[in-house]
Amino acid sequence: MKKFDKERVLLAVAAPVIALVVAVALTSVVLLASGKSPIEPYTLMLEQISYSDVQVLTINQAGMYYLAALAVAIGFRMNLFNIGVDGQYRLAAMVTAVVGAHVALPAALQIPLLIVVAMLTGAFWAGIAGLLKTTRGVSEVVATIMLNAIATSVIGYLTLTENFGVPVGNNQTTGVMKESGWFPGIKLAGGEVYGFVFVAVLAGVLYWLVLNRTRFGFDLRATGASESAAAASGVNAKRMVLTAMLISGGVAGLSGLPILLGDTHTYSLSFPAGLGFTAIGIALLGRNNPVGIALAALLWAFLDKASPALDYATPVAYDKEIAVIMQGLIVIAVVVSSETVRRWGLRRQQRRVGEELAAAARANAGNGNNGNNGNNDSAKEVAAR
Amino acid sequence: MHALVGENGAGKSTLMKILYGMQKPDEGTITVDGEQVAFSSPADAIARGIGMVHQHFMLADQLTVLENIVLGSEKLHGIGTAARRAILDLSDRYGLGVRPDAYIEDLGVADRQRVEILKVLYRGATTLILDEPTAVLVPQEVDALFDNLRELKSEGLSVIFISHKLGEVLSVADDITVIRRGTTVGTAIPSETTPRQLAELMVGSELPTPETAESTVTDRPMIQVEGLKLLAAGDSGRALLDDISFTIHEGEVLGIAGVEGNGQTELIDALIGLKHADSGVIRMAGQDITAVPTRKRREDGIGYIPEDRHRHGLLLESPLWENRILGHVTEKPNARGFLLDLKSAQADTRRIVEEYDVRTPGIDVTAASLSGGNQQKLIVGREMSHKPRFLIAAHPTRGVDVGAQAQIWDQIREARREGLAVLLISADLDELIGLSDTLRVIYRGRLVADADPATITPEELGSAMTGAASGHLEHVESGDGSEASEEDETR
Repeated sequence: MKKFDKERVLLAVAAPVIALVVAVALTSVVLLASGKSPIEPYTLMLEQISYSDVQVLTINQAGMYYLAALAVAIGFRMNLFNIGVDGQYRLAAMVTAVVGAHVALPAALQIPLLIVVAMLTGAFWAGIAGLLKTTRGVSEVVATIMLNAIATSVIGYLTLTENFGVPVGNNQTTGVMKESGWFPGIKLAGGEVYGFVFVAVLAGVLYWLVLNRTRFGFDLRATGASESAAAASGVNAKRMVLTAMLISGGVAGLSGLPILLGDTHTYSLSFPAGLGFTAIGIALLGRNNPVGIALAALLWAFLDKASPALDYATPVAYDKEIAVIMQGLIVIAVVVSSETVRRWGLRRQQRRVGEELAAAARANAGNGNNGNNGNNDSAKEVAAR
Repeated sequence: MHALVGENGAGKSTLMKILYGMQKPDEGTITVDGEQVAFSSPADAIARGIGMVHQHFMLADQLTVLENIVLGSEKLHGIGTAARRAILDLSDRYGLGVRPDAYIEDLGVADRQRVEILKVLYRGATTLILDEPTAVLVPQEVDALFDNLRELKSEGLSVIFISHKLGEVLSVADDITVIRRGTTVGTAIPSETTPRQLAELMVGSELPTPETAESTVTDRPMIQVEGLKLLAAGDSGRALLDDISFTIHEGEVLGIAGVEGNGQTELIDALIGLKHADSGVIRMAGQDITAVPTRKRREDGIGYIPEDRHRHGLLLESPLWENRILGHVTEKPNARGFLLDLKSAQADTRRIVEEYDVRTPGIDVTAASLSGGNQQKLIVGREMSHKPRFLIAAHPTRGVDVGAQAQIWDQIREARREGLAVLLISADLDELIGLSDTLRVIYRGRLVADADPATITPEELGSAMTGAASGHLEHVESGDGSEASEEDETR
């Protein structure tokens, strides 16, 4: 019995590992084709791990990726494709920055307030897509992409100087947030690790608990696995879509906070964008598993932060875009490999179950009436009556 | 015409998959026309003239018959007039009566099956494999199918026929092979064999009968349905269910006979709460549950054995113990408050596997790796474990072997003795007649006829199912035993 459990773990790990190997191999092919060393860029990047500043940068970036990828994964677990994480987190970060700049409460209240504001904003923006899907049948993919564009415009409007904008040099910010809302970090040799990274870890634990240990999580996973079976089991599909969208949006709203509360303390034109799209690839690579996503987020962040060094490498410099190529290849490879592994695993298990049953049947036939056979016999007795 | 019979999980489907190139054998040989062959894909099998008609039809509803037939074989005769001519030729030659321009969605089950057969013939098959072709047909349609098959046989084609219905096998096959647990346990010649002998060969015991011994019907109504009406979505406003009224008492089994697609699915959906009635009232134990959501209904004691277990009864890629939770996630032993109780759920899954003889190496395997019969046993075990007061049983023994069939019937009978009300929907008329205390016939969304299961015959029921008779069906002892034997009384 245990071995089927072990096999499940193995199958789950197989897809991302295969994808990574394939992506690295293909990246080397690209390097070879452009007449460069197919190995050296990797060693150059790996050397970067030992620098403490790269470590801190990687962890900080990974924390943001992790939250955004969790948001995407919540959607994935029930077959919802929330492409709108990008718009959700940017809007949430902006609104939070404005609230943080205009409300002054003690830190013990200010920080929870800001977190709630961010989650509500993200949930509200995702909820629009959820409502459209449940009431009008609009695909959440289309709605969330549109909402991303709308979010950009809304942010542009709200950050105008006559609204909440505060021009600083040639940058447009939302003003500096009150200090009680700054999230304390941990000072290390290489810099400061955002305290919010720990909130991200907490979110991962919650994600696992809710999905795997609660009734609600079971309903959500069941809906993702088979909507018709879930409906027959008593899940209200529409309400589930809306709830999942709201939760996904809420978590998405958090993903801008590590840098907002830990570093910039204002929303400006230079606030990181595109996190939500990167997160889709990370969620895919992490197979929607909280630990998997964490590893994928770290890998992604590492590629982001280690690759600039390639530009300054001596004697031969490499283009740092190699890392981007690799990230792209990983996404493609993981999609293909996870589907292949899934099918292969199912077929393999079907065959093995068949074999084991046949073996058990043979053993039973050989031993005659042993204890194991009792049930079959009782079935026959029933039949004989 | 060669018939293959055996329990589910006996290996019939596996054998056929190997024959059709979907799976590879570990040992042994396949010989076609005296030549040893090895198939690595269905395409190889088709090239050798082997064609398969699956139990679940593989047709695109929104396409025409012609389009469905040429799909994937465009190279043979193109997609235009040549293809049409070839189809009509085949149709005439074997008396299939196929209309190339009809849309699949407008066709009945029997017509769809003929399209499937034609599809296989179109690809040049000389050996046809039919996987439980009669499971979805009424007796009259079965006869028509057998006529078609005899036609094919007389033209020199071979037919391999898989069935659970031993009577049919004996009437149509020239040769029978019985397999049990993966090996051939015997062969039989139809003219020298009785169904009972055949069944004994299959399960190593006697043929079970679904007859219920003594009546357990009480006068306490459990489910009352009054004037239930359900309209089709969209503008057409066609009534899928119209003026459905019935009462099921505690300890009563109400059987609904009908050709598939006449409103059974909608009736089930309305009772379980997946669709909400446009008018009418559903009461359970006197309480109006018309507006109650599905989950509450299930918690209140509606058990549900769905007609399509893959769509409505299981999470195929989840382990068995998660499937044990499905549908009862709020109930003991699966949950404590808002948290799941994995330990108890898993322990209870082991109990179900044991008690209901679900053949599996463990509870961590996915539901998809079990055979259909074992999946069904798991579902029945799950539903029965929650002591339902009202059980919706749609085709409870479809695709289930004879041994397990008896077990499932026994479970239903036992629960019925304890006051369970059952709505039984089945395409197996023997099962319906044998298990039911009351019989109703559904036709085009209406309950058009009723009958006494003690006296009615499958043939008489069959003609009401096609709309030829209505009212109270009275069995008439007559010499010719033809369809004219029911009386048409107005109620």
